Amino acid sequence: MDLHNVSMSDLANAVRSNKVSAAEVTKYFLDRIAALNPVLNAFITVNPHALSEAAEVDAKVARGDDPGPLAGVPVAVKDLLCTDGLRTTAASKMLENFVPPYSATVVRRLQGAGAIIIGKTNLDEFAMGSSNETSAFGPVRNPWNPEYVPGGSSGGSAAALAAGLAPAAIGTDTGGSIRQPASFCGVYGLKPTYGRVSRYGMIAYASSLDQAGPMARSTEDCARLLEVIAGHCRFDSTTAKVDVPKWSSDLNGELKGLKVGLPKECFTSEVEEDVERVTQNAIEALKKRGAEIVEVSIPLSKHAVSVYYLIATSEASSNLARYDGIRYGYRADFRGRTSVDLEEFYSRTRGEGFGHEVKRRIMLGTYALSAGYYDAYYRKASQVRRLLRDQFLKVFEQCDVLLTPVATSPAFKLNSRLMDPIAMVMNDVFTTSANLAGIPAMSCPAGFSRDGLPIGVQLMAKHFDEARLFQVSFALEETLEREERVPHVF
Amino acid sequence: MFFNAYEAVIGLEIHVQLQTKSKMFCSDSAAFGGSDNEHTCPVCAGLPGALPVVNERALEYSVKTGLALNCRINPRSVFSRKQYFYPDLPKGYQISQYDKPLCENGHVEFFLDGHRKRVSIVRAHMEEDAGKSLHHGEYTLIDLNRAGVPLLEIVSGPDMRTPAEAAEYARTIRRIVRYLGVCDGNLEEGSMRCDCNVSVRKRGESRLGTKVEIKNLNSFRFIEKAIEYEIIRQIDCLESGDPIHQETRLYDPDKNRTFMMRSKEEVQDYRYFPEPDLLAVELDAEWIQKVKQNLPELPLARAERFMNEYKLPAYDAFILTQERDLADYFEEVAHACGNPKSASNWVMTEFMRELNEAKKEPFDAPVSAKSLGKLIELIDKGTISGRIAKSVFAEMWQTAKEPETIVKEKGLVQVTDTAAIAKIIDDVLTANPSAVTEYKSGKEKLFGFFVGQVMKATKGQASPAVVNDLLKEKLKS
Repeated sequence: MDLHNVSMSDLANAVRSNKVSAAEVTKYFLDRIAALNPVLNAFITVNPHALSEAAEVDAKVARGDDPGPLAGVPVAVKDLLCTDGLRTTAASKMLENFVPPYSATVVRRLQGAGAIIIGKTNLDEFAMGSSNETSAFGPVRNPWNPEYVPGGSSGGSAAALAAGLAPAAIGTDTGGSIRQPASFCGVYGLKPTYGRVSRYGMIAYASSLDQAGPMARSTEDCARLLEVIAGHCRFDSTTAKVDVPKWSSDLNGELKGLKVGLPKECFTSEVEEDVERVTQNAIEALKKRGAEIVEVSIPLSKHAVSVYYLIATSEASSNLARYDGIRYGYRADFRGRTSVDLEEFYSRTRGEGFGHEVKRRIMLGTYALSAGYYDAYYRKASQVRRLLRDQFLKVFEQCDVLLTPVATSPAFKLNSRLMDPIAMVMNDVFTTSANLAGIPAMSCPAGFSRDGLPIGVQLMAKHFDEARLFQVSFALEETLEREERVPHVF
Repeated sequence: MFFNAYEAVIGLEIHVQLQTKSKMFCSDSAAFGGSDNEHTCPVCAGLPGALPVVNERALEYSVKTGLALNCRINPRSVFSRKQYFYPDLPKGYQISQYDKPLCENGHVEFFLDGHRKRVSIVRAHMEEDAGKSLHHGEYTLIDLNRAGVPLLEIVSGPDMRTPAEAAEYARTIRRIVRYLGVCDGNLEEGSMRCDCNVSVRKRGESRLGTKVEIKNLNSFRFIEKAIEYEIIRQIDCLESGDPIHQETRLYDPDKNRTFMMRSKEEVQDYRYFPEPDLLAVELDAEWIQKVKQNLPELPLARAERFMNEYKLPAYDAFILTQERDLADYFEEVAHACGNPKSASNWVMTEFMRELNEAKKEPFDAPVSAKSLGKLIELIDKGTISGRIAKSVFAEMWQTAKEPETIVKEKGLVQVTDTAAIAKIIDDVLTANPSAVTEYKSGKEKLFGFFVGQVMKATKGQASPAVVNDLLKEKLKS
């Protein structure tokens, strides 16, 4: 069996019907990781039990039991999700040696569906970043060109997929962290509706924005992954009690009568020419499938980045307070000291354990929540957020789905923006809105830059209407001319 | 003295630990004790990725308490994070309620020295407890068993003026939460904790003086004594022109004084913001109504009913309604014997004495309410005398036997047979001729001596009323 080009869904079906063993599949991907990870740095930790877990899946098949819809599928899980007994770092020195005693709901559901957690992928430290350069474990390289970043913060998951180190991956998205790396690496990535996927066991960055989601090499794989991880969870009160449809068995690229909205705020001069061209191609493809294109406006989206950075950093400043060196994680070295004052204990532990970007965001958020500034920053941002959500709801009265670029540019060069936080942040200009509004959004591969780097387009739909995203993504997948290109590392 | 020129303004913040099986946001046991860190999980230990889920029972208990305190239950309340660093605070924040608490604008009433006093309740909000730091000289250990245990913080208005009022208010809250069964109100074990805010001002002044908070008050007596000390200390400051600092003070019961714990001059910024991991608490009116309908009769209302329905004196009514079980027990006794005043006397004296000595709860006592009722009935019917009844009661407590059985077994039935008693009286008079002469010559005190002799001869079983009547008659002749 050609394990390299087979889709995740076909792979699972092959394992279920005993055409290939889970162990064989797992071994294949472990070998690829061993060969290519030293270059890409996509994984922080490879699961040493992957093969024995695969053997268990095979034993089930041998017994005549169905291991589930992801039977034997190696999944690369962003190292922000807790895995029982397997080191979980959030790409931070703070959690360098942290081994959780429990697994995230997403992880448990994957395993319950027969998937093999093949390893934990690299990310920006605590998911704070858009280039995967803030990781305490070093940057991830883009498989399409190792001089370039894979995007972030789910850069390791995107790179692992693009390089064929895993057939499926899980990312997390707080302001674009699934979609932007998916675009930069040429894979599919979906940020589900807020409340669709449990956050239990996912290390929090900004609780009201964080969602874990699927990353894959096709619309169908994406849909099947989401079917497994979505749904109400009794350990996360913010998960919604809504049905999880079988999206993957119901894919249809017919768009007749579908209205696709183009928010005029997203089609500006900030967008680079390559991105503009690829986006226009995608629009043409949708027209060809019968979609009607309408121009719409979401005026407040121009404030999305500002609002995002106030809310996300405020919540982060609070969520990261637990990393104090008392119960687990990094603790500054006080050996030889007879007494240490609590203040010094905290400031040195946290000062040494957190990286630059994390400290920057903690400080920003602490400031925004402080007495005297709360009203002007956090409260105001929350108000604008509510209004922005309202504008999105209004727009979805005029159209079924929105289409925008994912980012203003394709992947950029390593180190090119690290010292320019504003440029880095502005890359999130099109993606943060969906998190603020809580709506589902997806990045679909749509073309390449002149330099041969992938470029995706973003689709957004109203709350819990992931079906629309899959429908349009599937249409694009069927319609766009597939350029036969492979990433650099192959 | 100049004390009369001042008045104290006192408000209390009472933390009530809700007696739920599990903690507020996870399924660990909320029980007191356990070995170090036995009752912990990823949620209450603040592990990465863990999320809180509200304990519905804790919510129900809080609503119950809010209703009993005559509060408005807000149909929508919000949890907030109160942020500060401390080693026994695992998440670096405490989940509490801030600008949208569950209960607001209530009041409680109680009687003190015969006057009815009303104290307003500003708010009552839910929050989780922190862990415990155990200091061992050079190092400190953390025990998180208590972390995440549900609390309800009840904040009174600054409505009390004397230490006695403050202590009685605290007792009132204790009575209520015990009646509701939401908290055992144990100050020593800390399941109820009381912080007092005290300030003084010149009488007639409407502006409040500088407020001092007193902590570490683990008995009602200490609440009273600490406030008393603090009022005098503050008046001394004002009289001698020393400033009163806004600060937190601890009470030292051994020295009976308060001393400074920390200054509040620099107000700590807790950076409260809505807890994004929890949805707002939305309660529908119907549910609140249902909780309200299921509230038990509360202590004050019950005392007033006892006064009206059973014609008990206020003193009896308040003593009997201190604890719900005792009041229940009393009512059962009263219904069993049909003599509430007698029931009250028996419950308040013999029964409570034995109960306290044995450290038992009313319904665990060897003497059931029905049996005590029967005992009273035996007295009322004249079967046994009150004096005999006391020994029967003691026997009942020892053996848990029914009073009739004891009376029958020991042959304690009161002798009311006039002829039999008359015969014994005659014997006594004949045997004591000099005493009879003395009595007749005016030494009427000797009447008691004759009664005693008759009772002795009948082993106490003669009806005292019959003995009295017959003796008087015989001695006249």
